[in-house]
Amino acid sequence: MKEAQEFVWMGAIPLQIHLHESEVTTVPPPPPALILAPRIGYLPLLLPLIKPYFSSTLPPGVDTVWFEYKGLPLKWYIPTGVLFDLLCAEPERPWNLTIHFRGYPSHLLIPCEGEDSVKWNFINSLKEADYIINGNCKNVMHMSQSDQLELWNSVVNANLEAFIRSSSKLKSGTIEDDYASKSSLSSQKSQKMIGEADTSVQTKTGKVPVRLYVWNVSEDFGDMEDAPPIDSWDRISYVNRPLEIHREEGKCFTLHDAIKTLLPELFGKKRKPSEGENDEQSFGSEEETKNNRMTEEGEGNISQPLETGSTADDDPEIKLLRIQGIEPKLETPISWVANHLRHPENFLHVCVYIKVPSAKSL
Amino acid sequence: AGNFQFPEIGSLHLIRCYPPASAQAFAEKWKLNNPAYPPWTWVKSLEVPIFATNQVEEGYLSLENVCIVKSNDDEVASCVEGEASLYDKEDEESTDSATLVQTSSGNDNVQPYYFDFHIIYSASFRVPVLYFRAYCSDGRSLGLNEIESVLPANSAKVLLESKWTFITQEEHPYLNRPWCKLHPCGSSDWMKLLFQAVEKVDRPAMELYLVSWFSVVGPVIGLGIPIQMLKEP
Repeated sequence: MKEAQEFVWMGAIPLQIHLHESEVTTVPPPPPALILAPRIGYLPLLLPLIKPYFSSTLPPGVDTVWFEYKGLPLKWYIPTGVLFDLLCAEPERPWNLTIHFRGYPSHLLIPCEGEDSVKWNFINSLKEADYIINGNCKNVMHMSQSDQLELWNSVVNANLEAFIRSSSKLKSGTIEDDYASKSSLSSQKSQKMIGEADTSVQTKTGKVPVRLYVWNVSEDFGDMEDAPPIDSWDRISYVNRPLEIHREEGKCFTLHDAIKTLLPELFGKKRKPSEGENDEQSFGSEEETKNNRMTEEGEGNISQPLETGSTADDDPEIKLLRIQGIEPKLETPISWVANHLRHPENFLHVCVYIKVPSAKSL
Repeated sequence: AGNFQFPEIGSLHLIRCYPPASAQAFAEKWKLNNPAYPPWTWVKSLEVPIFATNQVEEGYLSLENVCIVKSNDDEVASCVEGEASLYDKEDEESTDSATLVQTSSGNDNVQPYYFDFHIIYSASFRVPVLYFRAYCSDGRSLGLNEIESVLPANSAKVLLESKWTFITQEEHPYLNRPWCKLHPCGSSDWMKLLFQAVEKVDRPAMELYLVSWFSVVGPVIGLGIPIQMLKEP
């Protein structure tokens, strides 16, 4: 469990940040800033690292910082890694972003007053996840201000050790999965999620905090390189709905089942959760995860061909599913995915590209 | 009256409001008991077939173009008449006027603000959540500071004390635009309290859910409801 957590916390995206040309007042223009951004972090937190590159060239005025990728203003409260997984069908290394210090698009983006805004957004998400997992926000509400600050700082600094210490005061729980615990692999690791906290045992219908970013791709494309760019947030469907796990004896609730449960409108009538196949196959992705652990964005070997598992011709096709920069096999038990790949605020962020067959589209 | 630019509605929306019967009951009672107010309307999710559902009809409750006036003697004047802007997918243009009819003080130095309210169900907290936004007659959106000046005094005080946890600016779940949100954290607790008195959860009780919820939430942003709405029809 610890290894997977380290994998997640060490994940980083190399960024090449260009100052928007309208804000360059010097000749020659400043070179771009090269920053390694933690996946679990947020873009506004990088400002102290970025500003020195550009401060001498900015026009006079007050800074209102925002980021943009190919013309799309970036939502600052979405973790950096999630933005990258979603907006770069073909991972771009380094990821070229544009920074603005003026002209905040306040009709499109909620205001960001620096680190405080990001912190409170994080704390509120933590409360929401707490509510989903435990039915109340008590764990977070009972944390003292200084404990909350400590927790937040560990995220800012991407310091896993500090995070584990701080979050021991939070009972974040794990998702219990009778089926998964029978396998040899999962019995080796402790079922504790974050730190040494007492984990509350989930009920049979445990709920998982999930945030799904769905891009409905209307055209077919072979390579990810040919994927059309996302030019507006209206093209992305954001689904912020707790995932209810339905347990059936002897059956494993997989990642694929999870997606179908979260998007019932797309996947027709409910299917039974997949039969668990042999243990090696179900947990194959864990091995792959360990092999692919890197500090920078991985290379193409992380990608695996996706099996949609869908037999019906009119079912939508999952063209791509990314979590923390990896593409887990759809047969992976959701309990594993959620326990290992969630973000510090306890949400599992999932980017999905779906192609809906023409029969169903307008 | 002003002509406002409504934000573009994208093609992929998924909106749920549960229970819908409650939303309907709320809207009907409101209409009956608040003749001076525009009615709440039900905004359907756009019918793009990929998100068409055979389940509960999806949408949210919308009340728009409510004019709230802050008079000079620091009292929020009663909300006044305006025509609701009905968002109807078949109707490309919405009638869009809100007129000031009266204020309690009759003072000339008043600054009218216009509010839109959306009641959207939160799947995470399992309660309705109030989203709102405010703008001036020229269509300019108000910041949270300005909105604070129109809130009832108690709310303004709470807002000052709990800046980040009471009313915050957040993205509207479906419209991809910044709105204000009234935090739902305590909602389910007091909704449970409200419903404890109900011996069995029967249909009239569920229909009253939204009315009860709004009776607590409404005054926070200056929208009271008449007592008649809380009574059985």
